[in-house]
Amino acid sequence: MSLNLSTKAKITWCPGCTNFAILSAFQKAVSEMIENGEVEEKNVVAVSGIGCGSKITDYLNMNTFTSLHGRELPAMTGIKSANPSLLVFGFSGDGSTYDEGVAHLVHAARRNSDVNFFVHDNQLFALTTGQATPTSPKGFKGKSTPSGSIEEPMNPLLTMLSLGATFVARANALDIENTKKIMQEAARHKGFSFVDIVQPCITLFDTREDYKDKLYNLDESYPTDDFDFAMRKVQERGERIPLGIFYKVEKPTFEEQLHQ
Amino acid sequence: MKEPKNNIITIMSGGAAGDGVRAVGTNLIKFVIKSGFEAFASVDYPSLIRGGHNFSRMSFSNEKVFNDYSAIDILIAFNDETIRVHQGELREGGLILADKFTEEELSILGARAVVLPMEKITKELNAPAIASSSVALGALCFILDFSLEKLNELLLEVFKTKGSEMNVELALRGFEQMKEQGIKYERNFEPIQEDFKDMLNASDTFGLGMVKAGLEFYISYPMTPSTPILHFLAANQKELGVKVIHPESELSVINMSLGVAYTGKRSAIGTAGGGFALMHEPFSFAGIGEIPLLVAVVMRQAPASGVPTYTSQADLLFTVFAGHGEFTKIVICPGDAEEAYLAGGHGLNLAWKYQVPVVVLTDKHVAESFVSGHLDKEAVGMLPGKRAENTDENYGRYQFTEDGISPMAFPGTPNTKSKVTSYEHDEKGISIEDADMTVRMQDKRFLKNTEIKKEFSQLETIKLYGDLESKNVIVFWGSTKGAVLEASKYLDKPAKLMQIVWAEPMNVEEVTKQLKDAEVIIDVEGNHDAQMAQLIRKNTGIEIKERILQYDARPFDPLSLASKLNELLK
Repeated sequence: MSLNLSTKAKITWCPGCTNFAILSAFQKAVSEMIENGEVEEKNVVAVSGIGCGSKITDYLNMNTFTSLHGRELPAMTGIKSANPSLLVFGFSGDGSTYDEGVAHLVHAARRNSDVNFFVHDNQLFALTTGQATPTSPKGFKGKSTPSGSIEEPMNPLLTMLSLGATFVARANALDIENTKKIMQEAARHKGFSFVDIVQPCITLFDTREDYKDKLYNLDESYPTDDFDFAMRKVQERGERIPLGIFYKVEKPTFEEQLHQ
Repeated sequence: MKEPKNNIITIMSGGAAGDGVRAVGTNLIKFVIKSGFEAFASVDYPSLIRGGHNFSRMSFSNEKVFNDYSAIDILIAFNDETIRVHQGELREGGLILADKFTEEELSILGARAVVLPMEKITKELNAPAIASSSVALGALCFILDFSLEKLNELLLEVFKTKGSEMNVELALRGFEQMKEQGIKYERNFEPIQEDFKDMLNASDTFGLGMVKAGLEFYISYPMTPSTPILHFLAANQKELGVKVIHPESELSVINMSLGVAYTGKRSAIGTAGGGFALMHEPFSFAGIGEIPLLVAVVMRQAPASGVPTYTSQADLLFTVFAGHGEFTKIVICPGDAEEAYLAGGHGLNLAWKYQVPVVVLTDKHVAESFVSGHLDKEAVGMLPGKRAENTDENYGRYQFTEDGISPMAFPGTPNTKSKVTSYEHDEKGISIEDADMTVRMQDKRFLKNTEIKKEFSQLETIKLYGDLESKNVIVFWGSTKGAVLEASKYLDKPAKLMQIVWAEPMNVEEVTKQLKDAEVIIDVEGNHDAQMAQLIRKNTGIEIKERILQYDARPFDPLSLASKLNELLK
């Protein structure tokens, strides 16, 4: 029986939306893991919230929990705590995660909940037709900031490292193969896996040109267990933006300690 | 009005936080119940850790005591402030026990001022100041003619190895002090000889009731006065088989609980009004997502931060109308520790039977008081929810059914996808926006209203007491039950007493039946707006004109309430 991870739901993303690439990367990631026997199909759960990227749960033919704006992580920790045999993925956006639900992000990282969290980071609120988020560049002209945003953007990866996250990565939505690999590594990692997925919004904030020469992959020799090095590396955000797994260490998870 | 009953004695201990006021309070009621009496004890404390003025007050008798009294027979004062604040509440012939009194106090109180050198005794035995509580218990033992042997047993049990001998010695010293001075207070009633009661607290019994109905997770963020439930379940989690989680906020609490329930495990959460206010969006999600949810909302005086450690019944309408949008919910209002046990058990079962959010609404006066009683353990068990059998790829979490209740399948079920969502959806749980399905899904969920009402014949949604033929009807709910039942011992005219247990959905037929022929209806509530009277009018069209409302953040005093009721009864 061939695996069908797509529902019959009509996909309502804009034509050419980069979310199609993330959906594809995730379906490939999970299909391969099911086929390899790494996880049983019945034990995969995808959680999302509210926003363009979060529509993904409608399109995934698997166990899904479409939560509220910013509230994906508490639900994910609840699911994993109640049934540790489930493999729990979460999809959210930069508005949902870094604005509305930032407190939950802080604590999910701190408690090392064994869930995998993917942030579709397109640097603006898209579904509400274009307002600034905490990752929008300063001066961003959105509908709520017509004269330009006056707030400094945050660095989510730096934040995650400082809070003790045990898996911190950045992926490029348009590089499906590498995004898939990072998603799989996240799934295999025991503990809280955080992946910021850089994503141009081709309709409202098209950063494709800007990213073209900036994004590069960390090389094979990059040490993923060096905290100080990772802290420096994630601050490289100017002309060159690195992609890949910046940090990965093992620590006891929230769920295994809860059930001890 | 009838005279205050002479088979009820009220004892208050008062002092600063950290003085041992609570220790006297809980050990005293434990002791009194163990000795074969009925009792009710409340605690009154400000929002601070050390200092301030705290008191614990207990009334006991050889008959059921539903609420403690304001008039005091014996006052144990751990500091001067307690004497100043409470001496006016002393009954005629009542005693004050304290380390020392001022000249002025002595001249006013005369023989009622009894010197009990607690400080001196504890110092002599190198005991900490807080151990004064055991000296006081020993003194009461002599004064009220209780068995010192029984008190020693209790102290050994309470303190176990940690200083138990010391506390026994302290109690003996207190006992001897009173004996030397020849201090006695008449107790003209004997303990009951059989059917000894247990000491119950509604926060504990609520937890036990939920455990009986299969609770596996309790998730809560500390907020007075809901915190005792969290503390009880956390302290006993291994023994009770419950995982207790204290996450970063109330928002995390409720969303985590919804995640737990999605996997098929039973979870409950607890908070006060302010915390519940933060939870409304996910509460509404439980409604549309049909996710079983049990929330304990323990009221304190609001709005906002209000008077945090004091009681209130002002969140009734807020709770009944909780959550944006329209969806089915159940609100149960237990009035004491025995009912809190049932509400915990039934509440959790109902949440899973109907896949709806259930609120158990109590308040500080219920949650933090102690009372003698028995738990009806046979009345609660674990009732399974509707489960999907032999599911396949055609399974839909929100399948249309005749009763509106869709069979549940959880993640981990082979060949089955369980899709839960906060969006309006089709049978499979995929978001929809079309008008037809929007209506059909809501109608499906509202079918559950009809089903839930079938519970009215099974569970106590209203309770009646007093003279059932009387045309005088007194209406009350929640913690006010205690004061009304106690006050009813002093009513000059017969009255029917009606307690509303289910605020939502209300048992309209029964409430109407009990009220429609009444000549006088009196509503008694701990709020400003007569919220239950409003709810009854909304549901039955019956307007309750006579109202006794108290919103000073304190529980009712049975005697003052009785005198107000007597003015209104015909």
